[in-house]
Amino acid sequence: MRITQGTFSYLPDLTDEQIKAQVQYCLDNEWAVSVEYTDDPHPRNAYWDMWGLPMFDAKDPAAIMLEVNACRKAFPNHYVKVNGYDRRYGRQTTALSFLVNRPAEEPGFRLEREEAQDRVVRYKLHAYATEKPKGKRYGD
Amino acid sequence: MGLVDLDAAFRVSNIEQVFQELDRELVGLQPIKTRIKEIAALLLVARVREERGLVTERPTLHMSFTGRPGTGKTTVAMRMARILHGLGYVRKGHLVVATRDDLVGQYVGHTAPKTKETIKRAMGGVLFIDEAYYLYRPENERDYGQEAIEMLLQVMENQREDLVVILAGYKDRMETFFHSNPGFHSRIAHHLDFPDYALQELMAIADLMLAQQHYSFDDESRHAFREYLELRMAQPHFANARSVRNAVDRAKLRQANRLVRQGGSVPETELARLDSADIRKSRVFKDGREGQDG
Repeated sequence: MRITQGTFSYLPDLTDEQIKAQVQYCLDNEWAVSVEYTDDPHPRNAYWDMWGLPMFDAKDPAAIMLEVNACRKAFPNHYVKVNGYDRRYGRQTTALSFLVNRPAEEPGFRLEREEAQDRVVRYKLHAYATEKPKGKRYGD
Repeated sequence: MGLVDLDAAFRVSNIEQVFQELDRELVGLQPIKTRIKEIAALLLVARVREERGLVTERPTLHMSFTGRPGTGKTTVAMRMARILHGLGYVRKGHLVVATRDDLVGQYVGHTAPKTKETIKRAMGGVLFIDEAYYLYRPENERDYGQEAIEMLLQVMENQREDLVVILAGYKDRMETFFHSNPGFHSRIAHHLDFPDYALQELMAIADLMLAQQHYSFDDESRHAFREYLELRMAQPHFANARSVRNAVDRAKLRQANRLVRQGGSVPETELARLDSADIRKSRVFKDGREGQDG
């Protein structure tokens, strides 16, 4: 199951050229670009690991691609995303975020139903990948 | 085969303006200006050839600037960045100046991230490494400089389209450096040697500096400054244009002091005029004491 999230979730995966163009857009807007990775595919997982510090003083997308490629090389079977953080007062939030790497195989989720009081049904998403401990989830 | 309009390509690149600035703002340095124009011509033709589909290998752009202090290496590097940007060989055209401190760490594992940070900052522009020979310390085989050198060499080879490296320093020491690091020598296409300024050129530089700051010499003070330069040039640690700037700054200081001490009201022209006394008070005239700009 192909997991999508972030700004371009409705599009096919971006090519390196397209990633560079997006990063350039971030830099033009003076957004700090950072790279993050995780192997927990749950959509509500907000705690991704940081790949180095956000790059506040990079002027060219080539510098960010250097880190993206280094992260892909270190974690070929993790999810890797690029974030653009708008630090302007009044916004101070992630303005752009998209996946740049995904595991070769994504086993997807199981839907679990829980009977609660008064015939209420609670739904839960269970990622098959998280059955294994962190770092061993996608066979690397 | 159609005709190729080189003039149009030249106009589009916007480098004519940089050339004019070079001629206007940099005194002397004729051999350097000629070399820069030659390099620019080479790059322009390579660019046009590429557009026409003629096979051109991307020219190597890394350079070495050698010369004594104050001969304009950093200034020319800044212009070079703009020329390369105008011709589309670097995407951003900014100049990042780095020395050993910015590249080499102080303990194991500190160097690589530091060098990488600096390289990342310079991506899309020009990385200017001042006094590059300090990177290599042959007397200490555990020096971390070697690590930085290896990273630089790798980037200079593999990411030629992202970054241009300019190494700068004294000529003789750079030659020793290249001798012990042949990898650098073979990756650098252009070696530019900056000559020392002649007395006449230093005077022109002083005039230019003063004009930019709305000061001026009168005949006597010009004569005094010329004598000052003659004496100063014979002393050690003479740093060409930088020494001129220091001398001019000190003369401005003395002028301000003189005016304040004098008090009362002064004509407006006096605010701009440097008196010969402002220059003759310099230590250089008093004794031959060595080594200081004054």
